[in-house]
Amino acid sequence: MSETTVRAHDTNTASVRRLPNAFDLVAFAFIAAGLIVVAHAARHTFVPLEVPKTAPIHLDPAYLPGYALRTVMRMFAALAASLAFTFIYSTFAAKSRRASMVLVPILDILQSLPIFGFLTFTVTFFLGLFPGQVIGAELAVVFVIFTSQAWNMAFSMYQSLTTLPADLEEATSCFGLSAWQRFWRLEVPYAIPGLVWNMMMSMSGGWFMLVASEAVTVGNTSFQLPGIGSYIATALDAKDIHAVFFAILAMLLVILAYDQLLFRPLVAWSGKFRFETTQVDQGDDPWVLALLRRTRLLRFVAGGLGSIFFAVTGLRLRGKARRRKTEHPVSSRATDLVFYGLLAAIMIWSAFRIVGFCLGAHLILGDVGTAVLMGVFTMIRVIVLMTLATLLWVPVGVAIGLRPRWARAMGAAAQFLAAFPANLFYPIFVVLIVRFALNPDIWLTPLIILGTQWYIAFNVIAGAAAFPGDLQEAAKNFRVGGLLWWRRVILPGIFPYFVTGAITASGGSWNASLLAETATWGTTTLHAHGLGAYIQDATTRGDSARVLLGMVVMAAFVLTFNRLVWRPMYAFSSRRLRL
Amino acid sequence: MDALTPSLLEVKNIKQAYHKEAATDFVVLDNVDVSIKSGEIVGLLGRSGSGKSTLLRIVAGLLKPTAGHVIWRGAELTGPAEGVAMVFQSFALFPWLTVQENVELGLEAQGVPRAEREKRAEDAIDLIGLGGYESAYPKEMSGGMRQRVGLARALVVHPDLLLMDEPFSALDVLTAETLRTDLIDLWMDGKLPVKSVLMVTHNIEEAVLMCDRILVFSSNPGRVAQELQVPFPHPRNRHDSAFRKFVDDIYALMTRRATSVPAPTAGGTAEEAPVLETMHALHPVSTNLMAGLIETLAGEPYRGRADLPPLAGALQLELDELLPLGETLALLHFAELEEGDIKLTESGREFATAETDTRKELFAAALRRHVKLAATIRGVLDERWNHRASAVRFRDELEDHMSPSYAEDTLRALISWGRFAELFNYDEEADQFFLEQDDA
Repeated sequence: MSETTVRAHDTNTASVRRLPNAFDLVAFAFIAAGLIVVAHAARHTFVPLEVPKTAPIHLDPAYLPGYALRTVMRMFAALAASLAFTFIYSTFAAKSRRASMVLVPILDILQSLPIFGFLTFTVTFFLGLFPGQVIGAELAVVFVIFTSQAWNMAFSMYQSLTTLPADLEEATSCFGLSAWQRFWRLEVPYAIPGLVWNMMMSMSGGWFMLVASEAVTVGNTSFQLPGIGSYIATALDAKDIHAVFFAILAMLLVILAYDQLLFRPLVAWSGKFRFETTQVDQGDDPWVLALLRRTRLLRFVAGGLGSIFFAVTGLRLRGKARRRKTEHPVSSRATDLVFYGLLAAIMIWSAFRIVGFCLGAHLILGDVGTAVLMGVFTMIRVIVLMTLATLLWVPVGVAIGLRPRWARAMGAAAQFLAAFPANLFYPIFVVLIVRFALNPDIWLTPLIILGTQWYIAFNVIAGAAAFPGDLQEAAKNFRVGGLLWWRRVILPGIFPYFVTGAITASGGSWNASLLAETATWGTTTLHAHGLGAYIQDATTRGDSARVLLGMVVMAAFVLTFNRLVWRPMYAFSSRRLRL
Repeated sequence: MDALTPSLLEVKNIKQAYHKEAATDFVVLDNVDVSIKSGEIVGLLGRSGSGKSTLLRIVAGLLKPTAGHVIWRGAELTGPAEGVAMVFQSFALFPWLTVQENVELGLEAQGVPRAEREKRAEDAIDLIGLGGYESAYPKEMSGGMRQRVGLARALVVHPDLLLMDEPFSALDVLTAETLRTDLIDLWMDGKLPVKSVLMVTHNIEEAVLMCDRILVFSSNPGRVAQELQVPFPHPRNRHDSAFRKFVDDIYALMTRRATSVPAPTAGGTAEEAPVLETMHALHPVSTNLMAGLIETLAGEPYRGRADLPPLAGALQLELDELLPLGETLALLHFAELEEGDIKLTESGREFATAETDTRKELFAAALRRHVKLAATIRGVLDERWNHRASAVRFRDELEDHMSPSYAEDTLRALISWGRFAELFNYDEEADQFFLEQDDA
């Protein structure tokens, strides 16, 4: 486990890039304008919206396996789409110097943008594409999940592609591999360990969205797609706490199943692609992989598929990539001119769209002020909870991590918990808050870290587990104990791991605020002050302008937070504390 | 090789330069001509940074030279050369492919049908002595075996020209020797499916042991300084006196080159000379090593003077490690290099017998006198009210005169030496030079 975490470090560097520049601005404006266009298109389709006829959701647990299956299918459809997107987008960004200048900032912003807040618009947009058909709704849900999965995968791949080992690159050109062969023999394999790791992270993020997106209310109409998410929504409406528990149980089983059947073997298999020249002990094969390797029939099938894949990816296609590197690539003036011209045009168009939209929606400076104020509330929540989670998980994580046996058991458990959609637990909190008449501004707050604290826990455990034995012995030998041991020995040792976990946890918490700051139980709706609630309220009112404003402000908060807090911390830890 | 055989490869007037924002380009290779005929092993011998690996990449068609031509099999080279295969210093094996798959890679790229591919790969694997390891992954193998895979992968495509980039330098002494002799045996028996070999090395003995012809490179910028025919028949004996003499001569040749470089050019005015010296690249040699070498030279059996090849042998250092060390001592006037010998100077002897504090003073004095940039840095720090100065301006200045990696090496050397001499200190976090309170 520790190895995969270390790898995640490297892949996270991309999300903590350099300081903002002009291209960030272009990207930001472009994305805002894009959102406006979609919102606009969606509004046109608002009125004659034909909601597809879907079967009602039954709360009988006997239906749950079927629902779970459909939910999982959506999940994997989105994952496949994310993978395809990753291959294309990252390759393009890594190969073209000009494209990367825009594509990378766009990715960075999309990663911080709570696209979930945009759910109603994307849903109406897709329903508009396929009026009255279930496929539209299905696509909409898959798209929402896709938006929660794709970005970090693409970043991971981009990162790998830009750090390909120079000697292997030379070997591929020296032996005349075609671009297609090079992609499958060098680039994809090199990216696999990071990609598999990020796919796992994406899956957990995806569940969170999925559970909330299967049942959507748009204006006066609402639709439900059969699945665990809509089952829970129905259970909440019916105030059926038993059904909620059944759903949680079903979810547990589903996650356990794909974790054991898919990700454990996948992670073990990806060890083969780790770019190390020394052999490392990779522990036992997970049972599924062992079974695969032992069963003759399965091995035969897998082997057959493997050699077909190997043959297809070995095809030459498009001839040889005949190109020499130059020490100083001379960029064509004309192409540069066209490129920058295009960027300027996009910028102007975006500015027009944004200004026009603000005027049309009567957005004034006061609105921005309100949104920013709400953002500050949410920020306080995030900071307080991150601090609490740190105070809890650093000591606990260290205690666990330094005991190898515990570390192995807890590492697996934490990974599992991180994958579990925390929003399934929200109703329980709501019931408690209502029952004891607690202040929602305070007591709804823990929800935003419910799912994301595991990233901190599990990275700290990994860090402590990877802490070198000789340093521990040295500390013992010199009788370094108490506070001094924490200050000089273990905290610097786990810091890089902690930062990696904290970056993920912090970003996730911001997005979770969309769901965590308002919560409904039957007819009772709890409400906290914050940017998440602001966006949700605007959504309920159908006020697209304020939804957009809220999203953009949130993205700005997350980006600023990353650049001002996490990026320097990450840079510091990788410079000074990397062992 | 009769003179009528047309050349397999002609390299004409090659120039390779790093583009700099400043007016001056940093030239790695200048005016290089090489020609290779069928049936010979040619060695490119030079110090690290003499551009020999760059030349190899230009020949392979991996890198486009700034100026000049590469004529390969009678035609101008425009992309990765067909019929040229390369063996890498780092092996460059794909860790996710088995030995067999790694070896088949080049054939797959040529679109060779599967059955033939497998057959040829197996033959190459057997030839290089790895039969039985086809399904192993590189990470399961030792360095020597990995390099055999690298060789098999290059040989399987039956290249006309085999390029080898310091192929044995990542291996331990014994493994490297076995692989060298195996390779020469195959070559002599005509079992290597190649016409010629071009290899890069910084190991003089290796070059004399394997090559028919050696091109000695000088550094800064890289040029062919000397072309030598190796007159010995294979198999060659390292301990043969003629062989030793040949190696010694090359040593002398290379140290003469090295010491003559920093000397100001004829016609340079008095003002120009120090500028040249300021911007001379420094080797990041540790002060411990310098002290160690000075002590060794001062003691028995050297008594202040040593012949470099036996010294390198006794200290178990490669030429590439010993020469920078010797040159640094020469730069600081602790020693002199001449004709393959190193000789302690008066201040060198003084250093050898001194205690730590005196050594630091001697070193500081030598730095201030002979390394202009060190004196400049100290001067700037003395002037500043807070005794701090950003390293950026010094780095920029260096980068105007050398490649960024050399500039970084030079700066690293300065920081380390300055710290030892307690001349100035460096704050990594702020990227600033500064003076300790009590030094200021």
